[in-house]
Amino acid sequence: MATAAQIREWLTEVTDPEIPVLTLEDLGVLRNIQKVNDIWVITITPTYSGCPAMKTMEEDIIAALKKHGLENFKVETVLTPSWTTDWMSEAGKKKLLEYGIAPPVKPTANKKVLMGISETIICPRCKSSNTRMLSQFGSTACKALYVCDDCKEPFDYFKCL
Amino acid sequence: MNIQEALLEYCLRLGDNSLIIGHRMSEWCGHGPILEQDIALINIALDHIGQARNWLTLAGELEGMGRTEDDFAYKRDAHQFRNLLITELPNGNWGDTIMRCFLFDTFNFYLHQILQHSKHDGIAAIAEKSLKEINYHLKYSSEWVIRLGDGTDVSHKKMQNALDDLWMFTGEMFEADEVDNLMLEESIGADLQQIKEAWNDYVREVLEEATLKIPENNWFQKGGKQGRHTEYMGYILAEMQFLPRAYPDAVW
Ligand SMILES: [Zn+2]
Repeated sequence: MATAAQIREWLTEVTDPEIPVLTLEDLGVLRNIQKVNDIWVITITPTYSGCPAMKTMEEDIIAALKKHGLENFKVETVLTPSWTTDWMSEAGKKKLLEYGIAPPVKPTANKKVLMGISETIICPRCKSSNTRMLSQFGSTACKALYVCDDCKEPFDYFKCL
Repeated sequence: MNIQEALLEYCLRLGDNSLIIGHRMSEWCGHGPILEQDIALINIALDHIGQARNWLTLAGELEGMGRTEDDFAYKRDAHQFRNLLITELPNGNWGDTIMRCFLFDTFNFYLHQILQHSKHDGIAAIAEKSLKEINYHLKYSSEWVIRLGDGTDVSHKKMQNALDDLWMFTGEMFEADEVDNLMLEESIGADLQQIKEAWNDYVREVLEEATLKIPENNWFQKGGKQGRHTEYMGYILAEMQFLPRAYPDAVW
């Protein structure tokens, strides 16, 4: 008999197809594992509405659980409460940084909501804070494009949501 | 019209706005003036398409006839679409596209801010999710309106032309009909008058900073929400629906 803890352990094999160092749990996409009427219900939530990786993640979850012999389960997607970068685990943020992507920084108390000044983002390569945003929109929906003015390297920043 | 019918219409309007503006923006793919801005517009287009999928899936559930998001997107004709006219206009030049985004994003932002508190759980959930993304869209289009409006003589002139051309399509956003009124009464939908005031304040503030002049024209086009579209709508559908119509069983 599988337990929720065991399923959670198996699901550490499933990673974000676009950022393969992050597991679904690191990312905060895996919301719940619960048995309802003899069926395991795995609940996930999308990062962005249009995230093209969601379908792949769902298929990867199904494949991983089948591989471990689990049969009675289904994967459900919920929108609420809506995903936020606050759900990314500390381990996940550390892995991101090592992977070369600056992890999300909590928005400051700065009240410039709409025309806000961007936060200081540390360069994942040389750790300089002398960085600037090139574009609010980067290689995927969840990232912004930055450049470091010390080591001159461009880098991705996992932006806050 | 009963509440169920109004609710379905309401979701289709939300879904079709996202779908059609998302499709228009996707036309910029590979044509942006510089790589970063090409990527930015396509990211925003993707958000819109993702939101459209959520709204149209909800519409299908509410209707209860087994229609999917794809059925709504690919198997309706122009008069069955409920998007605002401003979303279907051609992209024009970069300035036209940015100005359209700005006028629509501002409306979309205040609309979703209210809808996240909708009495209808499905609507509230999608609105709450979408709002976080729309926040970024509005930031982006506002910054570009200011940069280009208060830019060179050429960019200023292009932005003013864009504003003059698009202005007559802004009134429809705030024009409440039976559907809007029913949804407002049920605390499901938003008060368009309230949005209009917030929209006016914000748009004026940004345009002033952009040194652009608000047109004095107060005559507005309307009809999109009721399915009366511009001649451009058929061309959008011809492209968007070609594949599923020509190859109905095609799968990804
Ligand atoms: Zn650096």
